[in-house]
Amino acid sequence: MTEISMAQALNAALRDAVKDDDRVLIFGEDVGPLGGVFRVTDGITADFGEERCFDTPLAESGIVGFAVGMAMGGFRPVVEMQFDAFAYPAFEQITSHVAKLRNRTRGALSLPMVIRIPYAGGIGGVEHHCDSSEAYYTHTPGLRVVTPGTPQDAYDLLRDSIDSPDPVIFLEPKCRYWSKEPVSFTREGAAMDRAVVRRAGEDVTLIAYGPMVATALETAAAATAEGWDVEVVDLRSLSPFDDETVTASVRRTGRAVVVHEAAGFGGYGAEVVARVTEQCFHQLHAPVLRVTGLDIPYPPPKLERHQLPDVDRILDTVARLQWHDEPVVAGA
Amino acid sequence: MSRETSAAALLPSGVPVRFLAEDGTRVDEHGHYSEPPSERLVEAYRLMVLGRRFDAQATALTKQGRLAVYPSSAGQEACQVASALALTDADWLFPTYRDSVALVARGLEPGEILTLLRGDAHCGYDPAETRVAPQCTPLATQTLHAAGLAHAMQRRGEDSVAFALIGDGATSEGDFHEALNFAAVFEAPVVFFVQNNRFAISVPFEKQSAAPALAYKGVGYGVRSEQVDGNDAVAVLSVLEDAVAHARSGGGPVLVEAHTYRIDAHTNADDATRYRDRAEVERWRAADPVRRLETYLTTENLLSADDVERFRAEAETFAAGVRDTLNADVEPDPLSLFEHVYAVPTRQLAAQRALVAAEVEA
Repeated sequence: MTEISMAQALNAALRDAVKDDDRVLIFGEDVGPLGGVFRVTDGITADFGEERCFDTPLAESGIVGFAVGMAMGGFRPVVEMQFDAFAYPAFEQITSHVAKLRNRTRGALSLPMVIRIPYAGGIGGVEHHCDSSEAYYTHTPGLRVVTPGTPQDAYDLLRDSIDSPDPVIFLEPKCRYWSKEPVSFTREGAAMDRAVVRRAGEDVTLIAYGPMVATALETAAAATAEGWDVEVVDLRSLSPFDDETVTASVRRTGRAVVVHEAAGFGGYGAEVVARVTEQCFHQLHAPVLRVTGLDIPYPPPKLERHQLPDVDRILDTVARLQWHDEPVVAGA
Repeated sequence: MSRETSAAALLPSGVPVRFLAEDGTRVDEHGHYSEPPSERLVEAYRLMVLGRRFDAQATALTKQGRLAVYPSSAGQEACQVASALALTDADWLFPTYRDSVALVARGLEPGEILTLLRGDAHCGYDPAETRVAPQCTPLATQTLHAAGLAHAMQRRGEDSVAFALIGDGATSEGDFHEALNFAAVFEAPVVFFVQNNRFAISVPFEKQSAAPALAYKGVGYGVRSEQVDGNDAVAVLSVLEDAVAHARSGGGPVLVEAHTYRIDAHTNADDATRYRDRAEVERWRAADPVRRLETYLTTENLLSADDVERFRAEAETFAAGVRDTLNADVEPDPLSLFEHVYAVPTRQLAAQRALVAAEVEA
């Protein structure tokens, strides 16, 4: 196994999918000769031709709506939205059509398509380049929403997503594009809608996904010095949600903290907390807490260190699980 | 093919293409377009009579509470029928909620068409089998689907065309513009047909667009464009057949604007007297497309009094069938709610299905 970055793992997944299935087409803005602004589609046009990987006009709704028609016509489009906030013009196409066409047509038409969205911050991006938009998509029935936390999962999940008969919102954590690990291309690892325990522990479960998986693992390592044995669950699939893996972990540890970059209010973490509380109430020794981004528009780069959950903030929250009679402020 | 670089070659006719004056007499305002064969015109007339009767019946069923809502296309029969007649069975039609008469003309069952408006299901027919996309409620979104599907068919070597219907209001939506641009860049075999019926619910065309005609909107995208008298069935059929042939032969997309008028309100939920004069409606009634074609065909001895009688009787029988179908009480299966949300059902939905099943049982 060679050590490659998450961006390279995604590139390998796209290449292998294009190679294995003539119906798979990659398109979007700048995905052709440029190889995408993050180089995820690097060299695919050169190697497979413009028929298989091509640039489109700059219009996100157009890209997604065009992909809907292409999928209706028997292809399996994999489109790129370039940056999280750039996908908002396509929101109507995604929620009104991509998510619903199978249901509207009572199964007569399906949309096996993948919408790749580089998301979240931590790269010093200017405004509109660092949104965590997962809650918009997970709130929409009919979509599958996945996000890899590691290069191996990036490869496996993207291959699974392209094979999926259901449309998938594929959220790529930008700040992890350059993280490396040895990657196997045998697809033995990931299951499309299963969470995974990244690190076993006895005292508390950290529930994370995407960009926060690595931060959660760093926290778990640092927590040993504080006497905490922390388990880390990587959700991978945000919708559908893997209750079994999560509740099995929390029932064992009795304490849980959900970590994400997106704003906490009305956020995805609230859903996780609700589900865990409903299913593990009698095993919980403390309320399930959240560590999230602040409830503010994503800040300018020089201030983003205050926005992003880090090891210290997560450790402080973990410590509070001992004294649960103190007032708790989500995201604080 | 080489891309058209002359704007002049894309420009629509200076005045709407027309073969028939409002009184049904033949006029020569049709440029290079030729009159369709008389059998086609008689067939168009038959379907227009049928469509008008269907529309009246559906409107009546709304008043009786059998349909949740019905957006009438009375006055737009020429556009509706020509849309269906211009296509082969292998072409794809992308209709809106107002285009039920086009689906009748396409040969779909009224019960299947009205499933959406009755409130039973979002789409009552099989789009894959009929090559009719679900009637689209969001405005202009389906124009992109048509462009994408047209491109897909072209790649697969089919010579089929995608035909997208929209109204004047939808031309203000971004997706309409993105679709024209995508279709032009990809040289996709798609026809965009705008039925400008002068109103987007209550907003008149004057407040919708400052363009001299919506047909001009194609030129900036490199899309061949045309405008036609939407109440002249001869003209609409001729222009749409030409547009479809152009797209089918690899000439790229075409935009056609029909100038027509919505005689009834937006739907039964809307009071049209609040935003337009009775006199205006009466002026457009005088331009009625069904009577216009009937006068022409009768005068030219292409249609006999017996034919007219026969078509009307056929329409009555058809309407009776629509009534019978819609008056039958059908209770959709509540558990069907959980079907086709995903191809691979989720565990969460399985649990909710069990909940509803228990509630239904109780």
